[in-house]
Amino acid sequence: MDDSTDDVLRAPVRKRRGPPSVLDAEGALLAGLRAGDEDAFVALTRRHGGPMLRVARAYVSSHAAAEDVVQETWLAVLRGVDRFDGRSSLKTWLYRILVNRAKTAGQRDRRCVPDPRFSPQDLAGSEPAVGPERFYDVSHPQWAGRWKQPPTPWECSVEDRLVTSEAVGVVGAAINDLPPAQRLVVTLRDVECWTAQEVCSVFGLSETNQRVILHRGRGKVRQRLESDYRTIDRGERESPRRPVVPRVGRADH
Amino acid sequence: MRAPDDLSCQELVELITDHLEDALSADDRARFDRHLATCRHCRAYLDQMRLTIALTGQLSEDDLLGFPRTRGGC
Repeated sequence: MDDSTDDVLRAPVRKRRGPPSVLDAEGALLAGLRAGDEDAFVALTRRHGGPMLRVARAYVSSHAAAEDVVQETWLAVLRGVDRFDGRSSLKTWLYRILVNRAKTAGQRDRRCVPDPRFSPQDLAGSEPAVGPERFYDVSHPQWAGRWKQPPTPWECSVEDRLVTSEAVGVVGAAINDLPPAQRLVVTLRDVECWTAQEVCSVFGLSETNQRVILHRGRGKVRQRLESDYRTIDRGERESPRRPVVPRVGRADH
Repeated sequence: MRAPDDLSCQELVELITDHLEDALSADDRARFDRHLATCRHCRAYLDQMRLTIALTGQLSEDDLLGFPRTRGGC
């Protein structure tokens, strides 16, 4: 592994957590909520509003419907915080309420495909992360199962911020194109930094199921990076650069 | 020559997430490490997967579908 790759792996992850006034400790937030502290509630909405909207959006057919689900969830949280027993984390409790509300709304919404996330296709089957054509067949006398088309080397020079931000743009586009369950799990795990346990707990997945979905999603994103860039290194491109993918979400589908 | 117990590259790549999640059995972990030690292509694949995850971590909310700040709702 060369130094520039090391740098990327060690580089601090840029995370949007809201303004510096946002309270960090969940315990403080919970206490504030219970005391009817408006600042605590605002802090909670700032921290989780974005991801909640994205999760809700996976269940309903419009942005407006997702916003309604989030609003309903906040009301339920305010009403129910006194009864919250603290056995789960505040975050897990919050998102479980959200997912329940979102599922109900999705079922009411006739335009929505029923339960598109975590479908049997996402959980069962043997879809490999790397296509079989890239390996020698199992019947090969010498190299059964070994790489036939090995990973195309790409390097990401972190000093060149333009190059890295392009790569991040490709990743964003690849995630947007993932099937819903993979998009949700990859986003929650690798962008929002949820733990595996949190994802399993909120969505009712087994650890194995969650890993399978994560594995497939990450595999597709890596594949897109490999396909779009021969080398993402400063000034050393073998093929013409693809146009930078627009960053903001596109029209609904 | 490949011993019957050894992982192939094709098998290894499908275990990559288990490896990163620290969910491999002790036996699989040993097979995984053994293969990786002698296969530069699989090492490259693992590096690429780590890099992919690192790049993903640099996404901000605004980059993701479903939270359009500058446009009207859907």
